[in-house]
Amino acid sequence: MTPFQTETGTVLTIDRANIDTDQIIPARFLRKPRSAGYQNFLFHDLRANEPAFPLNAPGADRCTVLLAGENFGCGSSREGAVYALVDAGFRCVIAPSFGDIFASNAGKNGLLTITRPEADMARLRHLPQDPTITIDLPAQTLILADGTTVSFAVDAFRKRCLLEGLDDIGLTLEYSDDIAAWQDQDRLHRPWAMPG
Amino acid sequence: MQKPRTLLEKLWDSHAIVTRPDGTTLLWIDRHFVHEGSFHGFGMLDHAGRPLARPDLTLAVADHYVPSHARDIPIADPEVSGIIATLGRNAQRHGIELIGMDDPRQGIVHVVGPEQGLTLPGLTMVCGDSHTSTHGAFGALAFGIGASEVSHVLATQSLWQRRPKTMRIAINGILPPEITAKDVILTIIGRIGAAGAVGHAIEYAGSAIGALSMEGRMTICNMSIEAGGRAGMVAPDDTTFQFLAGRPRAPRDFDAAVAAWRELPSDEDAMFDRSISLDAADIPPTVTWGTSPETAISVAARVPDPDRESDAERRRGMAEQLAYMGLRPGTALDGLRVERVFIGSCTNGRLADLRAAAAVLRGRRASVPGLVVAGSAAVKRAAEAEGLDRVFTDAGLAWGEAGCSMCVGMNGDLVAPGERCASTSNRNFPGRQGPGARTHLMSPAMAAAAALRGHITDVRTLA
Ligand code: SF4
Repeated sequence: MTPFQTETGTVLTIDRANIDTDQIIPARFLRKPRSAGYQNFLFHDLRANEPAFPLNAPGADRCTVLLAGENFGCGSSREGAVYALVDAGFRCVIAPSFGDIFASNAGKNGLLTITRPEADMARLRHLPQDPTITIDLPAQTLILADGTTVSFAVDAFRKRCLLEGLDDIGLTLEYSDDIAAWQDQDRLHRPWAMPG
Repeated sequence: MQKPRTLLEKLWDSHAIVTRPDGTTLLWIDRHFVHEGSFHGFGMLDHAGRPLARPDLTLAVADHYVPSHARDIPIADPEVSGIIATLGRNAQRHGIELIGMDDPRQGIVHVVGPEQGLTLPGLTMVCGDSHTSTHGAFGALAFGIGASEVSHVLATQSLWQRRPKTMRIAINGILPPEITAKDVILTIIGRIGAAGAVGHAIEYAGSAIGALSMEGRMTICNMSIEAGGRAGMVAPDDTTFQFLAGRPRAPRDFDAAVAAWRELPSDEDAMFDRSISLDAADIPPTVTWGTSPETAISVAARVPDPDRESDAERRRGMAEQLAYMGLRPGTALDGLRVERVFIGSCTNGRLADLRAAAAVLRGRRASVPGLVVAGSAAVKRAAEAEGLDRVFTDAGLAWGEAGCSMCVGMNGDLVAPGERCASTSNRNFPGRQGPGARTHLMSPAMAAAAALRGHITDVRTLA
């Protein structure tokens, strides 16, 4: 995945609670291979049904930071929701809260999720004229166009994977001996856990 | 003496391979179910040129895309037939047991796992599907994962996780007659909200949960994700063990297994991060009005009025949901016309669910079209042996082959744009049952009652 260091991008705001992954990418597109261009499916039905949907605005296709509402990415575990955002160029989503599985999927694809309380969200929603924002991941800081900053927390392991573009599986295989030893003792202690 | 532990903590401790200083744990995974949609995960594994770690702990089931009718003729949509064939190819290449479309054990993966006795207390279970929480009904730690995690489990049979917080939801007392597990979980979600349990594993407890059948417990755990929960679970007890005894893949030394499982329930003094309780007697027949499961209200209630909501953001959200659903504030749910009914899904596609719907429909005619789809081929056979299929078809409803069907419409079973559907599934999101579809979630008995009257109605008023 693409390493994430410091990104400067334009903010797109979709200020609605409970945007589920069915809305981020409708189910009928999930059978498509990644090469089909998942950006074409991003918020597909919302864009089709609502001319005023934020992603339909001129210039919205250049935005790379999404400011979202509460419980963004709830619902289905489909990683296609993250592919659609990433393929459309998004590098970061900022929201008051996320669906757990969505946030986990995002981290594995180099999409940074930042959780901020409502007070910070309100500041971000009322950005000065210039809706660009800089995300400094090493310093865990958002820098607004007027120079003011908002700091954010990020899981240490997730941060390292994002900074270095690391592959989880490669890291886990460094623990192969531990996994093998665990299986050996487990066979003795839980013979019932094997499929009968 | 050891510190008292919750069911979640016991499951966690018994599967932790290593824990890093930052608190993330490499968890051993006992069962991994894959379905047609898992092709991205296989693709990543192949791309990295990695072998599958434990094919013997992996099971492939065709459910999301399988047609509900005419399985003997080729599937017209090449993408749909292709994705089902890909599952078979991936299973064969990696030596995974496959329950394909024509297998007598076929069905929705969350119905098949318990039915086969592959779902057991004390296990960790994952699947690239958020309703994997269903299996928690047996006292397993079961949760949905995305495609990258699917490939990680395929390659290592383990997963890095942070331990969720614990939340105990007690349903005390006795459920009133005709009130089902679906009403219980819809009421819970209505109470705590769609994000109410984010970051938490829910343990359902209390006398009303203990009195439920395994099917009812599965219905409740299934929808934990609709409250944002990472997992849902119920402590295993004699009901659990009786359900599992004699299942095809249950442990051969069943008594030894039961002895181990009896150690799993939360210790008496175990602490939960959060606790809430509800009185079973207060739970009404429950129906959703909007496009989030958190809009669950009593069938006797009226669609709420955004003008009475003080929070501006919530007010706007309510107005959007009303517009999508084609509803006016203050409309009584009881009496709201529906154009279609769907009875099935991993929430309510088991035999007890079909019996409950058939009990309402027996000897009567539905006044709207509808589709009844068993959660598995085994459920379908059992229902047919009891004559339930005749009850449905005599009522004018279609009787389909087992699978996900109109819960998500991937196989082409869609609700038409603008159509209002009474559905026993788990999600009423915009477009979930098809673009523009309007879904009202409810129990099988309530959906059957809606089919009869052609409008949402309190099943208890049907003589
Ligand atoms: S029945 Fe519906 S919710 Fe359940 S696994 Fe199938 S698509 Fe998902």
